[in-house]
Amino acid sequence: MTTSEQILAEVNEIFKDVLENEDLVILRPSTAEDIDEWDSLTHIQLVVGIEKHFKIRFTSSEINKFKNVGEMCDAILNKLEK
Amino acid sequence: MNYSFAEIKKNLKKDFTGLKEIRIAVLSDSSSQLLCQSIKGYAFTQQLNVNIWEAEYNSIRHTIIDEDSGLYEFKPEFVIIFQSSKKLLNGFYSQPFPERATFADEHLQMINNLVDTINNRIACNIIYINFPEINDSVFGNYNNKTNLSFTYQLRKINFELMNLAQRKANFHICDLCALQSVHGSLNMFKPQLYINTDNVLDIDALPYLAKCITDMLLAFSGKFKKCLVLDLDNTLWGGIIGDDGIENIEIGELGIGKAFTEFQKWIKQLKERGIILAVSSKNDEKIAKEPFEKHPDMVLKLEDFAVFAANWENKADNIRYIQSVLNIGYDSMVFFDDNPFERELVKKFIPEITVPDLPEDPADYLPFLYSQNIFETISFTNEDVARTKLYREEADRTILKRSFVNEAEFLKSLEMTALVKQVDKFSLPRAAQLSQRSNQFNLRTVRYTEEQMRAISAANDKFALTISLKDKFGDYGMVGLTILEKMNNSDLFINTWIMSCRVLKRGVEDFMMEQLVNIARENGYTSLIGEYIPTPKNNMVKDHYKNLGFAAQESLFKLSIYDYVPKVTHIKKDSD
Repeated sequence: MTTSEQILAEVNEIFKDVLENEDLVILRPSTAEDIDEWDSLTHIQLVVGIEKHFKIRFTSSEINKFKNVGEMCDAILNKLEK
Repeated sequence: MNYSFAEIKKNLKKDFTGLKEIRIAVLSDSSSQLLCQSIKGYAFTQQLNVNIWEAEYNSIRHTIIDEDSGLYEFKPEFVIIFQSSKKLLNGFYSQPFPERATFADEHLQMINNLVDTINNRIACNIIYINFPEINDSVFGNYNNKTNLSFTYQLRKINFELMNLAQRKANFHICDLCALQSVHGSLNMFKPQLYINTDNVLDIDALPYLAKCITDMLLAFSGKFKKCLVLDLDNTLWGGIIGDDGIENIEIGELGIGKAFTEFQKWIKQLKERGIILAVSSKNDEKIAKEPFEKHPDMVLKLEDFAVFAANWENKADNIRYIQSVLNIGYDSMVFFDDNPFERELVKKFIPEITVPDLPEDPADYLPFLYSQNIFETISFTNEDVARTKLYREEADRTILKRSFVNEAEFLKSLEMTALVKQVDKFSLPRAAQLSQRSNQFNLRTVRYTEEQMRAISAANDKFALTISLKDKFGDYGMVGLTILEKMNNSDLFINTWIMSCRVLKRGVEDFMMEQLVNIARENGYTSLIGEYIPTPKNNMVKDHYKNLGFAAQESLFKLSIYDYVPKVTHIKKDSD
């Protein structure tokens, strides 16, 4: 597994936990439109969950700009590599 | 409490059936959905089902002023108003410098008007969340030397809010500022969250605010702590009195005695404000009492305790004994013990009692206990100050009773007198408090705030009476409250009948009954109508009206005053 697949898998777990859906599968292109329960409120929880899990902090710009799961994962990878 | 938002939120999907419902409205000038989820999720852990009406974003004034806004239709029991320090700061900055001197006064005036507007339309309690500080460092420490700084005006607002809370009986403060003093703005405020989503609190700070609010809701619903049971060794002093002897226990200057001295000082404060203290210690009684009698550094004295149980019995049994002497619910008791084994034992056998997990280091006891906020209350009267004394006097009566074989002779020997009065401005706070606290001898469990009690005492078609009892041992204070209201021209309805459990089996029930019949007769009524509304705690009064000679009539009880036969009581009516 490449690092970015690993990250996607871990982010998937976070989504499953926050959105309370054991069967949820997210993909890089997934957006809030595709996924039930992913709204502006749960988005906050997802960001906080990701920050806690990976032990990173996003800047306000980064949080503002995520358009899909793939962009979130890239930002995570970016932070971890620093 | 170590809940994260994520854990609290999971409670929202759990089963809320059977939980006590409380209706609250939340009005906020910042994003409030996560706060509302936190309140509901946290309150679940306290067996409350909080039904929340959330106002539109940043429309506090509009929601309150518009009489057609959903707020009034929802009929909340509590209106929670949350104005953020951030918005306050922005408002402050938009004032030209000279006008900033009156910023706090204007803000208070605005809140005062909003409170009056709400009070003109519905009866409710208003909980206003105060302002955590923001140090914008515009003047540095000189913020403190000018009234034109935000620091000055914010602190003035928080201070004047306290004064407003003293003036308006149904206006209460939830102390978010104090919460931030403990956790720090670095933990409570997350800039990224604020900039992107307008949440003024970090997501994991929300459970703490939710607890702060829920603690108040619980107190309003009659759930508060009345008694603190204390272990002795390593709880009130360092070391073990039986092994170490009185010269070696750590209190005062010896060893880490300071931790225990300060702990005792705090406990003494609790007693002074009306919490009953009791001891449950595994010790020889004489040895356990010695430090209280002889050690100069002990802050607590024997007379501070209503019950002192030092023996080799198991602590759960001791606590049961204490409960039976004081006759209060286990859920109104708290137990402090340094020993985790004893704590688990008591928790296991008496699950309703609150047993905080004291930290290992006695130096940490106070900061931990402060943060647990165990002793929330919604009132404070003179009777609270005298409470331990009252319970000790009762213990004396119990001992006297054991020397009599004949109940009537015993009651006569007490030389009881009772004062019967209409509720007036002096007895109002205690009357309201009695309605809020009484659970057992309470026929209909209707809770009244001071405001509501005032309205009842002023109404023409209602009678509100208090009964105070004295005997040769001391003064019981106010022991009975009854509220009668006109049902129709011949029937007088007993809306409230409350008696303190301290005076059970003294004849007060019959004495009160006589007063009710007198009121009915003097005002031209021919019947008294009573109602029993069952709760988990008032089973003792289910046959109350039957025992007084009332006839069951569907769901109510009726007694014609012509059928009333006065019973002999050994209580003399006092004249004012």
